Amino acid sequence: MALDPALIGRQEPGQTLLLDRSRLRAFAKATGQSDPVYLDVDAARAAGHRDLPAPPTFLFGIDLEAPNPFAFVEGLGIDMRTVLHGEQQFTYRAMAYAGDELSTSTRVVDVYSKKGGLLDFLVRETTVTNQDGDVIAELRNSLVVQNRPTGKETS
Amino acid sequence: MTAPTVAAGTDLAALAIAPISRTTLALFAGASGDHNPIHIDIDVARSAGLDDVFAHGMLSMAYLGRLLTDALPQQQLRSYKVRFAAITPVHGQPTCTGTVTSVREVDGERRATIELKVALADGTVTLLGEAVVAIDH
Repeated sequence: MALDPALIGRQEPGQTLLLDRSRLRAFAKATGQSDPVYLDVDAARAAGHRDLPAPPTFLFGIDLEAPNPFAFVEGLGIDMRTVLHGEQQFTYRAMAYAGDELSTSTRVVDVYSKKGGLLDFLVRETTVTNQDGDVIAELRNSLVVQNRPTGKETS
Repeated sequence: MTAPTVAAGTDLAALAIAPISRTTLALFAGASGDHNPIHIDIDVARSAGLDDVFAHGMLSMAYLGRLLTDALPQQQLRSYKVRFAAITPVHGQPTCTGTVTSVREVDGERRATIELKVALADGTVTLLGEAVVAIDH
């Protein structure tokens, strides 16, 4: 199923995430991070941060706060089991810290096909801002939809 | 990573990761917010024709992020991007590496471009990427 180029420009509902220390420590634990700057508030402050910093890729999760973060993709008739993450970019403008409330604004910026339609690409860009309206980062996310038949559901 | 020591060809200290367990995938799903069951539920993986679950691409991108923040304070990171070249199976053992490819003046500061890679023990390259960092801080 080829994605409709008319999707370009479509805006997704924005999400917000109130960063808290326990979530950031959980992320550190899950990623094997032992640098005290990401675990210990005193170490973070000694390194010049005002609280525990959000690590470089944490911002990816803000849009996943939606009740069903896959609703947009599934709404296009795509089976999430056929979706792979193709590319991810972050451009950083400012640091984000525990206590900050971050908001996203996400829109589709490109759709295209490769390999004679076997692969569809959905490219979205997200701007993350904090509670003061400062831009924290811009994200660019490329998803790959594999249109090959999969599993037993293939007829 | 201090300015006088950074030049094209400078390698960052490699970061070797222990084999990725199912527990790690579960913890990362919760902490990252990515609850896609293909990474944590073998029934869903099998229904998609796979033998087993595979790791979130963003988990490997987070490991590569550790390589960067081990080398310099995060506030010096200007941009960071990757292409996911292959999936990482559960129990895969990634190693993160990075090499400075250029140093130049941009927006009034010296910035290094770092070429990044994650490869598994069998040599499979899973991520290729690039970061730009400020080095005069």
